[in-house]
Amino acid sequence: MNSDQNLITIENISVDFYFQENFLSKKQKIRAVKNVSLNIKKGSFVGLVGESGSGKTTLGRTILAANTISQGKVIFNDGKQQFDLSNISKTELKEYRKKAQLIFQDPYAALSPRMTVRDIIAEPLEVMRITQNREETDKRVREIADKCRLNLEHLRRFPHAFSGGQRQRISIARALVSSPQFIVADESVAALDVSIQADILNLLISLQKDLDLTYLYISHDLSVVAHICDEVAVMYLGEIVEHAPTSELFSNPKHPYTKALLSSIPSIDPDKKQNAIILKGEIPSSMNPPSGCVFHTRCNYANENCKKETPLLNTEIKKDHLVSCLRVNDI
Amino acid sequence: MEAKIKNIHKEVKTKEAYFSATQFQLIYARFRSNRSAMIAGLFLLIMILLGVFADFLSPYDPTIAGRDKDYEHGAPQIPLFWDDNGFSLRPFLYTLERYRGKDTNFRWVYTLNKEKEKRRYVYLFPKGWKHKALAFNVNLPGKKFDFKIPGFTFERHLFGIDSGGIHLFGTDKAGKDIFSRTLHAIYISLAVGTIGVFIAFVLALIIGGTSGYFGGWIDGVMQMLTDTVRVIPPIPLFMVLASFAPPEWSSETRFFFIASILGLIGWPTLARRVRTHLLSERSQEYVLAAKLCGASPSHIISRHLLPSFTSYIIVDLVISFPYMVLSETALSFIGLGLREPVNSLGVLLQNATRADVLLNYQWYFIPVIFFIVLVLSFVFVGDGLRDSADPYKVLKK
Amino acid sequence: MTDLLNIHNLKVEFDTDEGRILAVDNVILKLQEGQILGLVGESGSGKSVTAKSIMQLNADNAVYGDNSKIVLEGQDVLKFKTNQDLKVIRGGKVSMIFQEPMASFAPAISIGDQMVELLLLHKKISKEKAKSISIDMLDRVGIADADKRFKQYAFELSGGMRQRAMIAMALSTMPKLLLADEPTTALDVTIQAQVIDLIKNIVAEYKMGVIFITHDLSVIAQTVDYVAVMYLGTIVESGPVREIISNPKHPYTQGLIEALPDLNNLDKPLKPIPGDIPSPLERPTGCVFHTRCKLFESGVCDNAVPPLSEYAKKHTVACFKVNTNEQ
Repeated sequence: MNSDQNLITIENISVDFYFQENFLSKKQKIRAVKNVSLNIKKGSFVGLVGESGSGKTTLGRTILAANTISQGKVIFNDGKQQFDLSNISKTELKEYRKKAQLIFQDPYAALSPRMTVRDIIAEPLEVMRITQNREETDKRVREIADKCRLNLEHLRRFPHAFSGGQRQRISIARALVSSPQFIVADESVAALDVSIQADILNLLISLQKDLDLTYLYISHDLSVVAHICDEVAVMYLGEIVEHAPTSELFSNPKHPYTKALLSSIPSIDPDKKQNAIILKGEIPSSMNPPSGCVFHTRCNYANENCKKETPLLNTEIKKDHLVSCLRVNDI
Repeated sequence: MEAKIKNIHKEVKTKEAYFSATQFQLIYARFRSNRSAMIAGLFLLIMILLGVFADFLSPYDPTIAGRDKDYEHGAPQIPLFWDDNGFSLRPFLYTLERYRGKDTNFRWVYTLNKEKEKRRYVYLFPKGWKHKALAFNVNLPGKKFDFKIPGFTFERHLFGIDSGGIHLFGTDKAGKDIFSRTLHAIYISLAVGTIGVFIAFVLALIIGGTSGYFGGWIDGVMQMLTDTVRVIPPIPLFMVLASFAPPEWSSETRFFFIASILGLIGWPTLARRVRTHLLSERSQEYVLAAKLCGASPSHIISRHLLPSFTSYIIVDLVISFPYMVLSETALSFIGLGLREPVNSLGVLLQNATRADVLLNYQWYFIPVIFFIVLVLSFVFVGDGLRDSADPYKVLKK
Repeated sequence: MTDLLNIHNLKVEFDTDEGRILAVDNVILKLQEGQILGLVGESGSGKSVTAKSIMQLNADNAVYGDNSKIVLEGQDVLKFKTNQDLKVIRGGKVSMIFQEPMASFAPAISIGDQMVELLLLHKKISKEKAKSISIDMLDRVGIADADKRFKQYAFELSGGMRQRAMIAMALSTMPKLLLADEPTTALDVTIQAQVIDLIKNIVAEYKMGVIFITHDLSVIAQTVDYVAVMYLGTIVESGPVREIISNPKHPYTQGLIEALPDLNNLDKPLKPIPGDIPSPLERPTGCVFHTRCKLFESGVCDNAVPPLSEYAKKHTVACFKVNTNEQ
């Protein structure tokens, strides 16, 4: 299979949530993801960054078929099977679940406290009937635990015996036990201490090479994303505003939001004074999004046109560097 | 050196034990360190054993068949080991002699005969009245549902006396042994409580469970149902039901009836707790992780949700028990619950309301002490369980 | 210039079911007014417990060492017992802002009412004056429409605004010392930059002392003047922030800096510190870091606790393997 083949093709998807105060009041619609298109190539490490309310977690979970797609298509194609997640049958979904998995953020909440580590890791195998008997299951569990550098005698223990970093490795082992091809890592190191973060990130990188994985790494921590991802997509209020290879994005950001975001990252060098671009106002509510360009209420370059016209992610700065801004050439 | 290795080994073993301990092992370990709960547990165990083996332990039949005509309104008789006439290995009682004659205005006068020859000795494992174990005689509406299990018949009891009667707690107006009646009352109250709690629990699981798991409008409807049942006032309800209950029902049928009713109005509180717990647990991330593997709702419920609240439910059950017992007591006391010949604390206390009882026959109140101990030990054990129930509470960073 | 705050040999233990847990051991800190001191460390480092000790906000089962002293403007606040005295350190001279702004505000009372209540507790002023001070403070921290926000409830404000309102509330009593416990950790990075700016401006304007607690070394680099690095309850290194970051001497500090992703060198591999942070129930003997240290020497490092000795001017390190002035 061509290495440029898209493993996941996301075409103009929107994901809506309905919010109802009680079952007699009117339903309100929140568009958490709006008109997003993204291609994830096989073997790549794609970063998805955004702040709170950006919709990045929703997007990640939608790709795993945990949310319903209101509009658009998500196509998974590994060369052998192809699924369209917006229109997937029950049996196809079962197959898909073996191929795409999620690593959670909170290592303390993601593991069932009343199951042994062995059972936690074995659960996907048993639920998805991947192995035929207990022996096979145990063998596979041991294999994957070893790859995640978990001590085999710890398999008998319960989650409360482990530190945050170890728990996250258990989470990773559980995600990988079904031999998936695609992993969504949702803020997988945010809850860990800095010295442990590096350890987990290195593990994710080595596993990618070892098991031929494709990652979508969701995070709000730009410096981490910069280090491990090949390409980065920046989200704001449900839309992708910029998408570029990592080094290009960090050296040559074009969207005003990306520029503000990057300028806000504190530098470890105390002498490098931070010139953070201050964004005026607050992030708007998803129930009442701004008209036209979704960022215009806070943008220092917005003009009248930005309130009326909605930009698309089609302005190509360079190859593979796309921006969604009406005034990008003027700034 | 060897001692040091042994110590390290022991340390490692306890740590490993802690790390691989299941939830129940952890709860048990915490419970054990709670002194008051352990003591209460011991008392509770004793009371339950007294109730379960009531027939064996009571020297007399608690119903009217076992009454002692010679000793009505009798005071408690405590066996002695020692008196002026010497020591005896076997405890004994004095003979009570009655005399009625012209000089006493034809009223019975009782005297204690303290002579050695007239001593009556207590002995163990005598043959006494027949009692059955595991015998069921269910008489449900419709002849088809009646069934009879013959069970086993025993004759032996723990203790008895060679002649006359031995009444550790005295007797009541008809001569029935209060000790036997107390033990049976414990048994009946425990049985009513068990059936009531069981029915309440099953209903609470089903209704609270579906409510909590599915949420949405199902939850809304179930909650309305729960609230409706909860506001039904129990006493008027029982008055109505008591008047409906046909008098020809056997005491056993009546017993099941009362117990069921208690269960049927006791489930709302439990259901609400089940629902609350499920609602919070099902949004936990590990549930989502299971869903992402395609786990079915039954798998999620049995593997993830149920174990998480089993400890709470056990606590709730233990704590509901005394309420059932007390409800039944109150109802029987005002005459709406169980009646003679079935014994329960309420029935026993019914006889205790008359002035002459309060003034002269105070031993009628001895059963009250037993019930206080029973209810309190349930409460303490329940509290202890609740304190040790969540071993995973404080583990976040 | 007398010190605003002087912490001597602070030792804090907690009495728990599992025994006595040592949370903070032998912490020595000094702070002048107008200075920002950073306390950086990971989980279990004891930085929060240290700060809370200044306000005696630790749980009831906290046991302070006999030699521990926290001297605030000349008074040992650890000895305060009466409500009258405690009021001074709780909201009076010392104020604290927390990581989770939602936790600071009672959800059912408006922000304005809470701020006024705080002011009235500490100052003898009229309700009207308290209200005007509060609105003024809300304005100064950058909240637009301050008089409208004054009447709102905590859930009506966004995360960044809530944090700013909390800062306004903490500053309204004009404390001498501000304790900021992870104030920016829960915020988006764009808001974080603004809050850091705000704190720095306030310090310059009011000449307060600030203790800034965080696990994020980059935030420390941009915000503080002095930094103390804590690990498992002890200070392993402290000094001016430029010095510590450019020339870290303690292996733990070095490890922390190396574990950070460097935006200027995206190809450099990430270097974690090997091992795990020990649980407080299993404190290593001697130097607490020796179980993970690349410079570990048996017999030396696991035998005695290294004291904080001066390496260079104002730069102190607690490590046997570092040549300090005193060795």
